[in-house]
Amino acid sequence: MTNHVLSLRGVTKRFGGLVAVNGMDFDVAEHEVVGLLGPNGSGKSTTLNLVSGALPLTSGNITLWGSRISGLPAQTINRKGVSRTFQLVRLLPSMNVRENVIVGAVFGHRRRWGHDASEHADHLLERVGLGGKGDMSLGQLTYIDTKRVELARTLASDPKVLLLDEWLAGLNPTELQIGITLIKSLRDEGRTIILVEHVMDAIRSLCDRCVVMAAGTKIAEGTPTQVLSDKEVIRAYLGDDDA
Amino acid sequence: MRNLILAALAFGICALLPFGDNGYWLGLGVTIAMFTTLATSWALFSGPTHYISLATAAFFGVGTYVTGLGIDTLPFWSLVGLAGLIGAVLAALVGLATLRLSGVYFVIFTLGLAELVRQVITWVQNNTGQKGLYVLTDLDEAGIYWWLLGLAAAVFLTGWLIGRSRLGFALRIIGDDETVAAHSGINTARAKILLFMVPGAVAAMTGAILAPRYVYIEPSLAFAPILSFQVVIMALLGGASRLWGPLVGVIPFTFLLETVSSNFPNQTTLVIGIAFLVIVYLLPNGFVGLLDRVLRRTKANEVQ
Ligand SMILES: Nc1ncnc2c1ncn2[C@@H]1O[C@H](COP(=O)(O)OP(=O)(O)O)[C@@H](O)[C@H]1O
Ligand SMILES: [Mg+2]
Repeated sequence: MTNHVLSLRGVTKRFGGLVAVNGMDFDVAEHEVVGLLGPNGSGKSTTLNLVSGALPLTSGNITLWGSRISGLPAQTINRKGVSRTFQLVRLLPSMNVRENVIVGAVFGHRRRWGHDASEHADHLLERVGLGGKGDMSLGQLTYIDTKRVELARTLASDPKVLLLDEWLAGLNPTELQIGITLIKSLRDEGRTIILVEHVMDAIRSLCDRCVVMAAGTKIAEGTPTQVLSDKEVIRAYLGDDDA
Repeated sequence: MRNLILAALAFGICALLPFGDNGYWLGLGVTIAMFTTLATSWALFSGPTHYISLATAAFFGVGTYVTGLGIDTLPFWSLVGLAGLIGAVLAALVGLATLRLSGVYFVIFTLGLAELVRQVITWVQNNTGQKGLYVLTDLDEAGIYWWLLGLAAAVFLTGWLIGRSRLGFALRIIGDDETVAAHSGINTARAKILLFMVPGAVAAMTGAILAPRYVYIEPSLAFAPILSFQVVIMALLGGASRLWGPLVGVIPFTFLLETVSSNFPNQTTLVIGIAFLVIVYLLPNGFVGLLDRVLRRTKANEVQ
């Protein structure tokens, strides 16, 4: 039997009349990188929001290592080892770069404080390519650097499960290669990752498996090669006018 | 450490005031000490969270009533402690009921709280045929002043400790982005409630200490909503982003109010209103913000 870290069963989210996520079922195994694909508005971010506890489910349930996390508040889910980035980068404007990373280290899955947290933050900044920039204010950062700070914050609690919402979007080709290498290194150190992504290069080189959504429903699941040649997937991406 | 010694020295000097003057200046000293405890503790919570609390009058009034009801049976120091305890519990209940709501609801609710408690006490008094309470003690103006000074020192020490604690860091994060706070493992509701208990306790203790000054207390005096507004304005005038910020607002504003109320007794509310507009338009971050801007500019000039 495979070791499921995360399982979604019949996960549904309704916003008024709109069903943004409709009966999603899928599992994520330990150390696996799963890509969550689909056209804009298909419910990928909402699915991540349901897993991270940002939004309550309308129905269905989500388990982490077999115990139910749906219904728990975001802070509890984070302490259990699930950490995420946001599609629109969210950093804390009143704090410098280092403090923004420390934020992730103090209250989460694995806790640090004081000198220990500060040292850990500097180490993570080094790792995401921002070594020596800890004292900078956020205003001095380029777009990719803000994304790096957010990733460093996300890693600061030593999470077991990472949820990355279009973390590679908006990067130029050089930055993209750096980004892909970085995410590979996260997977090599044993983290389990769900990746919402549009960049095909990244999907092919990073994902063990993909789940494809359209209009809130799962329409395909398999290896990147399998799903990217699936007729329904191609129709969802190219066939509809709004894709 | 140097700051601690300097602060202790400053408090020591302030404590000498009653030996120099027993009339006008001591009275002013009591008012300044009172607003310092109220505004500084208010800013401990409202500074980082940006939740504007108008509950000061409610906690303060409850404190005066604790002294008013207990002065004949219990020693004064225990009444101050009891008021702090009741203030903290009341703040926790208010926090549980409101801090999950957005900022606007919080403002309205806290404003309504003072009125609610006042109405309840008035109702009880009407039903028992009692109108007000006499608070007769041998605590004189100098005694009240020293009590308030001690409380102010405790507030500054508490604020300094919170600023270095995980709770203080959590509150700064919540003030910046509550979603990020929750996704970083912070129990946002618990952190906000814990910190809201500080101004609740301090305002109730301040009320308990000041009750003997009023001699006769009645609901409309103890729960005057204007107190809540004065505290907000003083804290914002000084700047709520630093521990010493509110103090910088309290001192000039107390002198201003003093001058106005002795020369134009009916215009106090007008002054408060104008001060509010000035702060919003000219000093959005208070004197502290102004100072920060000036410092940054000089620094930038040095670099050039
Ligand atoms: N908080 C919300 N309130 C109302 N509708 C929402 C909310 N979040 C997302 N939606 C809607 O749900 C659908 C799915 O959105 P989303 O999950 O962001 O898609 P994706 O990330 O796949 O582009 C969209 O139609 C979007 O407008
Ligand atoms: Mg999205």
